[in-house]
Amino acid sequence: MQRSSIVFWTGALLFLAVVFAMTQLLRNEYPFFAGYVILQFVVLSVAWTILGGYAGYVNFGTNAFFGVGVYTAVLLVQAYKAPLGVQIAAAAVVGSLLGLGVGLLTLRMRGIFFSIATIALAIVIETTVTNWRFVGGAAGIQLQRPPVTAPFDSYVKMLFFVQALLVVLAVAITRFIQNSRIGRGLHALRDDELAAECTGVPTLRLKLLACVISGALISAGGAPAAMYVQYANPDSAFNLNYSVSVLAMSLIGGTSHWIGPILGAVLLGTTQQFLTVTISSEINVLVLGVMLVVFVVAAPKGIIGLFGKSFRSGGRA
Amino acid sequence: MFSIDLLRDAVVLGVLLGCFYAAVSIGLSISFGLLDVPHVAHPAFLVLASYGVYLLNDSYDIDPLLAGLLLTPLFFLLGLVTYRLYHETFEKRGSDAAVRGIAFFFGVAFIIEVLIILQFGVDQRSVTASYIGKAWRFGDLRIPIRQLVAFAVAIGLTVLLAAYLSKTFMGRAIRAVAQDEEGLRLMGANPVRIKQVAFGIATAVLGIAGALLIIVAPVEPTLDRVYIGRTFCVVVMAGLGSISGTLIASIILGVAESIVLTMFGASWAPAISFALLLGVLAVRPQGLLGR
Repeated sequence: MQRSSIVFWTGALLFLAVVFAMTQLLRNEYPFFAGYVILQFVVLSVAWTILGGYAGYVNFGTNAFFGVGVYTAVLLVQAYKAPLGVQIAAAAVVGSLLGLGVGLLTLRMRGIFFSIATIALAIVIETTVTNWRFVGGAAGIQLQRPPVTAPFDSYVKMLFFVQALLVVLAVAITRFIQNSRIGRGLHALRDDELAAECTGVPTLRLKLLACVISGALISAGGAPAAMYVQYANPDSAFNLNYSVSVLAMSLIGGTSHWIGPILGAVLLGTTQQFLTVTISSEINVLVLGVMLVVFVVAAPKGIIGLFGKSFRSGGRA
Repeated sequence: MFSIDLLRDAVVLGVLLGCFYAAVSIGLSISFGLLDVPHVAHPAFLVLASYGVYLLNDSYDIDPLLAGLLLTPLFFLLGLVTYRLYHETFEKRGSDAAVRGIAFFFGVAFIIEVLIILQFGVDQRSVTASYIGKAWRFGDLRIPIRQLVAFAVAIGLTVLLAAYLSKTFMGRAIRAVAQDEEGLRLMGANPVRIKQVAFGIATAVLGIAGALLIIVAPVEPTLDRVYIGRTFCVVVMAGLGSISGTLIASIILGVAESIVLTMFGASWAPAISFALLLGVLAVRPQGLLGR
């Protein structure tokens, strides 16, 4: 094992240990409520970066994958009363299939056309769910949480821990991709797809792989949200705000290294939680818009771009 | 129940609706179609114009169409500023301009949405005018006059713009810059200035289009999200930058939406434009009348 890997896994285990200790020691539920959302955005942003950052295909359909994750969970709960683990695993499978579908459908598209196609896909799926009676249709659906399993004493704390596990999983996968041939291939096709193809990089396979992994992780990250709010409706599950938030978080952090989206999600996610509680959710969206515009204009490489060479793409970590 | 009469009515209303879609999309046909600016905030500007018209109509009782006309100089300026900002920050810096440009315009769209919400609240707003609320009857077909007004203005707008782009010096220059920017530069012209004017015109048209939007139906702050699909669908289906294509594509979209509305109900309507868009992107990305 390389030194950087040892550092990484030590950090990951430490993170999980702290999260677990929090769930056992803290009595107040609010930190878990707010923390869950931030962890969820870390998963989404890191997963988004595989396709949007490494491969340079800006996916605006984050809400499609997120919503599909939520509704996979809803469907399984409605039909089979499936446990949380099964919901997440199934969401990952459905998300990967959706990712494959997106990849195949958009083979010939680049740049903005890819982005528009992903927005379009999100709306088409949302409309389909809206018209699907079994999962509640437009009105949405109430969900009953099952009793919580030990060692957790509340469901929200358990969800918080589960989301922390997903964070470690998503970051580990993304980090692996960045340091492997896959990441270098994606980087090459991002810079110049034709040149990459000519030098023997299997661009098509890599692109599809990025779509599949990114999609699976986003859907998996969205699945617990059904149980978190105990309610799902198409309007909120497929809300465009998810796409723009995730895009903003990734771009603000920087997309050339997996640490970027984590920084962005924690920074923006915390700000959002704070603003929603103290002022209003409208101001929250306004801040999102302003930060997105400011960063895209003033710091195109994000926060990690400001810190120089150590986090440039290609560098090991 | 399906019947020939019902289908006929759906097609007639769809054509009217389609021409209205042409009016709201034609600006994007210039800014995205001809100038390659990924202007996702186009529908947000459109809704902003509608609220401007609402304000003028509500406080000074100005006719909505006249109000829209009054807004055009303001929106022309807005377009000039927006393009200048986009050019300085993205086009000048090169390669991934389009990708970061979309993010930029999405941010702008969100800011506009929230500012409208903070100013006007989330309720629907509508305008008053003598022709709103009345209808003409042809046999058993009932056509709201507001649709006819939108139809007539939309046709007029499209014809005017098409004439401007093909007959005037500036119009030809705009099409030239779309075809070969470098060539234009070699001729001693300044492509950035031409593009800036073109973007200004594309935005100015939104003054009128915004008036039509609020004449046809009440508006709400987040209405722009549906229109992202409609406008981009039209422009991509038309073949980027083709004005006559824009009209044809709009009518196809209008008729498709109208038929689906009659046969399957309103809840499926929002997906039509996006599904058409996906289909066109996947099968024929260069559009019906591609350049």
